[in-house]
Amino acid sequence: MAKDLVVTLHDAVVLSSGFPLLSGVELEIEAQTLSVVTGANGAGKTSLLRLLAGLVSLSSGEGTVAGIDLVNGDLRQLRRRVGWLGHEGSFYNDLSVRENLVFAASALERPLDDIDAAAHRVGLGSRLETTTKALSAGQRRRLGLAWLLLRRAELWLLDEPYASLDDQGRVFFDALLADVVDAGASVVLSAHDPLRSATLHPREIVVRGGRVAGGAS
Amino acid sequence: MIKQLSQRLLGPVTLLCLALTFWLGLWVTPPDRIQGNLVRLLYVHPAVAWVALYVSFGTATIASILYLWKRTRSFTMDRIAHCAMEVSVVFIVLTLITGSIWGRPTWGVWWAWDARLTSTAILGVLAVGYLALRRANDDSTLRARRSAVFAILSAINVPIIHFSVQWWKTLHQGATVFTSNRQLLVHGSMAWTLLLSFVGFTLLFFWLLRARYRLEVLRESTQQMMLDEALLLRQREGVM
Amino acid sequence: MIRTAWLVAKKDLLIERRSRVLLWQVLPFGAMALLLSGLALGPAHAGTSSAGPGLFYLVMLFVALLMINRSYVIESTPGTRASVQTLGLDPAGVFLGKSLALCVELWLSGLVLLAGTVLVLHTGLHGALVALPSVLVTLAAMSAAGTLYGALTAGAQGAATLLPVLTLPAFAPLLVAGERSFSAALTHSGLWEWWLIVAVALVAYVGVGILLYGVLEES
Repeated sequence: MAKDLVVTLHDAVVLSSGFPLLSGVELEIEAQTLSVVTGANGAGKTSLLRLLAGLVSLSSGEGTVAGIDLVNGDLRQLRRRVGWLGHEGSFYNDLSVRENLVFAASALERPLDDIDAAAHRVGLGSRLETTTKALSAGQRRRLGLAWLLLRRAELWLLDEPYASLDDQGRVFFDALLADVVDAGASVVLSAHDPLRSATLHPREIVVRGGRVAGGAS
Repeated sequence: MIKQLSQRLLGPVTLLCLALTFWLGLWVTPPDRIQGNLVRLLYVHPAVAWVALYVSFGTATIASILYLWKRTRSFTMDRIAHCAMEVSVVFIVLTLITGSIWGRPTWGVWWAWDARLTSTAILGVLAVGYLALRRANDDSTLRARRSAVFAILSAINVPIIHFSVQWWKTLHQGATVFTSNRQLLVHGSMAWTLLLSFVGFTLLFFWLLRARYRLEVLRESTQQMMLDEALLLRQREGVM
Repeated sequence: MIRTAWLVAKKDLLIERRSRVLLWQVLPFGAMALLLSGLALGPAHAGTSSAGPGLFYLVMLFVALLMINRSYVIESTPGTRASVQTLGLDPAGVFLGKSLALCVELWLSGLVLLAGTVLVLHTGLHGALVALPSVLVTLAAMSAAGTLYGALTAGAQGAATLLPVLTLPAFAPLLVAGERSFSAALTHSGLWEWWLIVAVALVAYVGVGILLYGVLEES
């Protein structure tokens, strides 16, 4: 039985300062699946994820993400429905972990009671009162993850989440992603290389020259 | 066909009006009994100011509003706003220069902290600011949006600036053509020449706007060609 | 809109309370600028009460530019910007919230620098107190205008230098009206026409901000 599609892109082009970040992407992603976007530096992995998150707009082509048209739809609505984790860290450096999560949860009217549980799940339970700028890069990534757990997005978009994770971190992350997909969300993440995971078997999407060059499931 | 004809005639008619204005203004109309030959600036300064403050800035503002309104949103409106604002800068500078030339012998100074002069100078800075804002954004949609909002904000500022400095000081003369009870103060050949100058400089604005617009279209098509090339190169990266 | 405004204002003020940029950087800059302006005028002129209002607003202009820039710098780090965008906050609420936070910061700066104007520029204390409501309204109008212009330049090339180019002409009528109403308070003459200008500007900027902030935020 064919699954619903959470992402469809047809000849998608994204330009930035006259340079084509994406140069005609053709892509379909089924709902409730895990996909890994791989490719060299500058291939267009981050740009693809940002397009799916509604953080950049299509210069030409067509697309639908989580039921929202990328050309004529409300991108603000799209951003509220997806969960984004960039590799630069999340939210405000001068606020504590708790304050950032309270701000974000209040913005989307999510229950504040779940904050402690989400922070503990990602290993930041003891750092709730720590200012974000005092966290390490890996810990800032976990703050973003805690937020994703809180908001229960239907589509998770993670930009190189495995970067700067040790073996223990990778095992934790694999388990988390498996739980998220089992709970009904779709996950698209980027990585330089295919995932070497014993437990996850994602679909691989290879990006080269701003287009999808191939892949395996 | 009418559109093509009017476009072809715009330049010659403009030049004719301006040539007539200058001929009448410099040789035919009499000197003023108080100002003497200095009055001949009357056939340049008010018309240039009218174009600067109302016609060109007004065109840029209206085009900006039309760009922001979804029904009429198109890059044509953005182009018109941009080109009109560029021409506006030219006319604002001319307004200040011709005003200073008249002011020096009349008031004894090149510049005075007068309501009209100050508000015109501020408008000039706003117009330059618009152009600076456009240069600071590479993304065409973002550039168009921000420029349009800035143009509207600038237009809101115009009456605020005008009234705030009006209560401050004014040396600039009041209504020249009509008084508040519609009495015409300029007579005879001077009045007709003045009217002709308004027509001539307004046509000049539209001629310059059209020329600048055509240049902009050419520039964008060149940019599009470069973009198509960049797209091909990028796609080839995926094949290599 | 109001809920979002309150959330954003609280967040901005909390960040300011943590970082204390206003306390340790902007206020000392403002105080120094006030002193330098007095020095530039010379003791004979600096000590007259007529210099006070103009110099106060000139220094507040610089303070406002610094705080507007700061208000958008905290949003501009790459990770912050993307994360906050995914919250999909109501743009009108964001505009009101940032204006409110900026207004509070300018009011605090204004009170300190007003005291400085009374002290070092010998502006009359009674006149300064009479002028206080007009000062607060003028600074509120500057906050609304500044928030809009800050959004216009956020993320643009050379944003820090572009901001003053765009904002100073907009602040000109507020500067004039603020200075005139302050001077009128010192000489016990009429204030209403200056109040009118500032009130119109405040309403205009808040209205335009609510309508158009969303357009500026979309990239």
